Amino acid sequence: MTFHIRAGDVEHGGSASAQIKNELMKAGVDELTARRAGIVAFEGEMNLIVYSADGGTLSVEVERDAILIEVHDTGPGIEDIDLAMTPGYSTAPEWATDLGFGAGMGLVNMQANSDTFEIESKLGEGTTIRCRVDRWASGRTSREEGGS
Amino acid sequence: MKLTEIIDRLSLDVFTPVTDAETEVSGGYVGDLLSSVLASAMPGNLWITIQHHANVVAVAQVTGLAAVLIVEGKRPDDAMRDQAKSSGVVLLGSTENAFEVAGRLYDLLVAKR
Repeated sequence: MTFHIRAGDVEHGGSASAQIKNELMKAGVDELTARRAGIVAFEGEMNLIVYSADGGTLSVEVERDAILIEVHDTGPGIEDIDLAMTPGYSTAPEWATDLGFGAGMGLVNMQANSDTFEIESKLGEGTTIRCRVDRWASGRTSREEGGS
Repeated sequence: MKLTEIIDRLSLDVFTPVTDAETEVSGGYVGDLLSSVLASAMPGNLWITIQHHANVVAVAQVTGLAAVLIVEGKRPDDAMRDQAKSSGVVLLGSTENAFEVAGRLYDLLVAKR
């Protein structure tokens, strides 16, 4: 499923991600995995709303062993990805911080809730983030985690 | 402890109805930064916050929280209330501040267990 997210549309912020979590659970994805995917989607969705120039897309695919989430925009792009990934670093405008966004934890949360996390960005061209959330209930992942 | 019992014991306002009377509260989380809640609140927690806008509802839903408790007498706007109703998220209120209400919740859930 693909959602088109508009820049600045804070009023609907998070509604796509809430729907994604619901749809995943309806599709039989376990709650823990749906929650992690929902958190990844929420942070991606808010990044599109707060930072993108013209909005972007939030796409989710359900595979047998994993949920794949892709967040894509066409600008402005991130100048220094390492800096943007630093916990606490944020360029959020004041209207966003007043609402409780812009804690500098969005990308960090996306990575923390993903099993693989890739980010590509180019100034003037845009940013693409691809996250893979392994399905806990697939069995494969729970063995890898050693039942911790 | 059941959410309905907490509402009763702490005399909380109920802005959107408790859809499941069996909802259990696993603990509490206090915070106004949405990413912190996503990172650290646990499923079934009661989230205590001063934030009162529609994005809070999505955070509660994604995180799987038992309810949102809005403090210091703030009230949900119409957009927040509508979204909470349609998605089954319970919104509660208190005139106390986060410190006071968290202390009383801690007494109920942890200290006297």
